[in-house]
Amino acid sequence: MTAPLLDIRNLRLGVALGRSVHHPLLKDVTFQIMPGEAYGLVGESGSGKSITSLAVMGLLKKPLAVFGGEILFKGQNLLSLPKREMRRLRGNRIAMIFQEPMTALNPLSTVGRQIAEMFVLHQGKSWGEAEKLAVEALGNVRVPNPDRRAKNYPHQMSGGLRQRVMIAMALACNPDLLIADEPTTALDVTVQAEVLRLIKELCAARGTAVLFISHDLGVIASICQRVGVMYAGCLVEENETRALFENPRHAYTRGLLGALPRLGSRSAHGRQRLVDIDSIIADRSKLTETRFIAPRGAERGQP
Amino acid sequence: MLRFTLRRIFQIIPTVVVVALLIFVIFSVVPGTFAASLFADGKRAADPQMIARLNEEFGLNKPLIERFTTYVTDLAQFDLGTSFRTRQPVIDLINDRMWASLQLAIAAMVFALVVGVPLGFLAALRPGSVLDTVTMIGAVSGLSMPQFWLGLLMMYLFALQLNWLPSFGYGDGSFRNLILPAVTLGVTPLALLARTTRAGVLDVLNADFIRTAHSKGMSEAKVVRWHVARNVLVLIVTTVGLQFGSLIGQAVVIEKLFAWPGIGSLLVDSVAIRDIPVVQGTILVIVLWFLVINTAVDLIYAAIDPRIKQE
Repeated sequence: MTAPLLDIRNLRLGVALGRSVHHPLLKDVTFQIMPGEAYGLVGESGSGKSITSLAVMGLLKKPLAVFGGEILFKGQNLLSLPKREMRRLRGNRIAMIFQEPMTALNPLSTVGRQIAEMFVLHQGKSWGEAEKLAVEALGNVRVPNPDRRAKNYPHQMSGGLRQRVMIAMALACNPDLLIADEPTTALDVTVQAEVLRLIKELCAARGTAVLFISHDLGVIASICQRVGVMYAGCLVEENETRALFENPRHAYTRGLLGALPRLGSRSAHGRQRLVDIDSIIADRSKLTETRFIAPRGAERGQP
Repeated sequence: MLRFTLRRIFQIIPTVVVVALLIFVIFSVVPGTFAASLFADGKRAADPQMIARLNEEFGLNKPLIERFTTYVTDLAQFDLGTSFRTRQPVIDLINDRMWASLQLAIAAMVFALVVGVPLGFLAALRPGSVLDTVTMIGAVSGLSMPQFWLGLLMMYLFALQLNWLPSFGYGDGSFRNLILPAVTLGVTPLALLARTTRAGVLDVLNADFIRTAHSKGMSEAKVVRWHVARNVLVLIVTTVGLQFGSLIGQAVVIEKLFAWPGIGSLLVDSVAIRDIPVVQGTILVIVLWFLVINTAVDLIYAAIDPRIKQE
């Protein structure tokens, strides 16, 4: 078996509240991503998906801090890497796409220049060369008229186009791992499908592994080979995508799947209510390991 | 860009016209005349004959509408009239004084920019540091200190005690004479600039695109140079533009204090003796100055921020 590309072991992080006290947000999160694999991370808002990805990027801001565990990337522990080395990996070997294409780009700089920065930073190109490569990168994400578009400012582009620019930027240096944090959530459905297909095809063609974060199981199913389900800071279940959908083991996963409307289910099973997962997200500090799904309503009383 | 520039420049014209009319109206309803002010010190009894003669000479006894017509037709030919006191053309009086004022205002603003912006930047990059705390305390003090008093303190310390700099006067435009009034005048805009720059930098640092920049593997210095600086510049330009306008007003006090032969002291003296043509001309020039700076700020905006030209 080949070595995993990203190996997160017992990652614990939280809010530092003074010298020794902390409020835990992630508890012993462990999962691996193989080279070229697309791994999905699902869970509701606040379950810890995004901070997991920020921890991998080394972009956690105070008062968030890692308290234990390892993040191994190609066998190297990112948590103990000097800042300088981490900067060399960031953007170059591990790249990230963010949720908000409207605000994730600098409004006062052309998109061409913002993509070109990647080549200047990581490949030592001159600005002139880098701008040419940026036009190429825009062409690769199927932006029409890339040489004209490179001179555009973000406000002159639609949300879908901007997200393509983000993808072009993230994939500029052919990274080994692409982290996509809800990249399609802010887009409308038709554009969403295009952007998803683009990420899937480009990463497959280049052998880039993807850590895909979403709260949308449908999106995850269409792109990922394996899925991890997060709830209240823990990875509660992990499986091949198909297996997870067919046989969800954890109560929370069953709740998530039950909340999903399905086309044609009414004619097959008659009219049914969608199951909702009620109650607010539990306060982590009051949860015990064994009972942490208990405050939720839908599954209560079942063995 | 050219169309935008021309449009902004032509927008000055209607404003000037409105302001010119407003000035005329205000000074035709203000009580007191130049002639009467000559006897206002109470040393001599008012001489009605002399007052009548002077009013006759300056055309002050003509009907309002007639005076208005003269004012407008003269103005259209760039003639600001003749001073009651010195009998010189107003335009010459202003021309003699304006450059000293401009020099003072620009020197004050340059001082404020050179010191205030870097301080604001450094304070924002290390919030809570000693430098941050000291800068912000300094900024609040700078904003709340009366300039008149600050000017006196500076005069006392640097001119009287240390004897480093001349305490007053224009000194034929020597740089040493400029330092004290310019620094005194520059303290308020400096404090404001330091505060706005700090707030602006902190704001931009929290923006999503800064996180994107970090995710690209950029060093802190490059993030600031490539992504923060330009975005903060918009805010700095606004502050400078606004402050430049109010500097002209504040300069009146400083010019008096340091015996600086500027347009501000000309204005104050002329108001006191109701030398209406000079007052009107001076205010008009100050307004024009303000408009030119505002237009320049708008143009700089458009050059920095591509979103503005579209609107």
